[in-house]
Amino acid sequence: MTILLFSVLTGIGAFAAGLLGALTGLGGAIIITPLLTIVFGVDIRYAIGASLVSVIATSSGAAAAYVREGYTNVRVGMLLEIATTIGALAGAYLAGHVTTSALAVIFGLVLLYSGYRSTKPLAEHVTTEHADPIAVKLRLNSAYPTPAGMQPYAVQHVPAGFSLMFGAGILSGLLGIGSGAVKVLAMDQAMRLPFKVSTTTSNFMIGVTAAASAGVYLHRGYIDPGIALPVMLGVLAGALTGARILTGARPQSLRILFSIVVLVLAAEMLYKGLTGAL
Amino acid sequence: MSAHPEPLARGGEPPGPPARARWTDEQVEQVLGGLLRTGVLIAAAVAILGGAIFLAQHGMQVAGHRVFVGAPPELRSIAGIARGVLALQSAAIVQLGLLLLIATPVARVALSLVAFLIQRDRLYVVITGIVLLLLLFSLNGGPA
Repeated sequence: MTILLFSVLTGIGAFAAGLLGALTGLGGAIIITPLLTIVFGVDIRYAIGASLVSVIATSSGAAAAYVREGYTNVRVGMLLEIATTIGALAGAYLAGHVTTSALAVIFGLVLLYSGYRSTKPLAEHVTTEHADPIAVKLRLNSAYPTPAGMQPYAVQHVPAGFSLMFGAGILSGLLGIGSGAVKVLAMDQAMRLPFKVSTTTSNFMIGVTAAASAGVYLHRGYIDPGIALPVMLGVLAGALTGARILTGARPQSLRILFSIVVLVLAAEMLYKGLTGAL
Repeated sequence: MSAHPEPLARGGEPPGPPARARWTDEQVEQVLGGLLRTGVLIAAAVAILGGAIFLAQHGMQVAGHRVFVGAPPELRSIAGIARGVLALQSAAIVQLGLLLLIATPVARVALSLVAFLIQRDRLYVVITGIVLLLLLFSLNGGPA
């Protein structure tokens, strides 16, 4: 395969992943690495490098749209960034010290979890009482706009959220993914932030977390311009197109399609990882 | 980073309407969001330019990404990429675009630090400063 053909084909695949990720709200970067390794035969280290760069592009590209809505809690995001960036540095360090087969198996397990989660949309909820004393001290409690006006909310279980975020950072640095699902889980389920605040704050954090691993990846040679460029441009174009098409609710049928794609890729990654084919 | 600075003397502030003396979190976010999008567009434009030249020069060569050898050593550090760009090497120009992209979240954290400084929010100046130091550590290669 020539470099030109390779660039065009990976670009098209990345576009599809970005489009599907934006339309389902589940993030397309998680299927980039399996796509590159299984379909195109790319070494998994180049694949996670290209995937991580795409994560930064979509996170930063979407930020302007998100902040207009006024849901992001910058203080929560910045505090938790301490956990995710330390985790990301640790994960990126680990990525260079485990076998590619082990990486593939861990990736397969994370895909399985993501496929399972994507079938269960989280419900909106607001907690206004019993804030964690740490949240009061760090001034994390805030309010977000609703049709009925500004709705205050209280933040709970800050240490649990912080610990989960450390894990999200490790996965992000180890596998070159955004770990958006784990981040939303930490803020939604543990810290009990309203769902819209969790998702937008998560987007804010994803880019910063990914940047913390990207420096390490760059110095290790995981970020190869010949792969990272077409993949990044494809995912970014797909994500922006998806955001433009999207009006209102995310169609359930697409979520199911996404889950099936993720589960098939998970099985393939686990199989190849366990048989040492990756 | 040294200890966070003491608040500026009041007399040292430029005159202005009181409403603009301190930005709200929302105003800061609006500005940062716009900057991020601009950063991504500039990064993508630089990378596309380099990519077009690269494909014109090497597009017909055989792609080899099955075996990991790593990106060329000169494309693995900020200094090496800068040297390559000055020598007008296409792969280095692509890598500069990717580096600019990686820098956009770092710039956002740096600007948040400035915003917290303007708001005189010492606690969050420290928290944001820690995040920024971790990011700069990574850009310099991170843990060996």
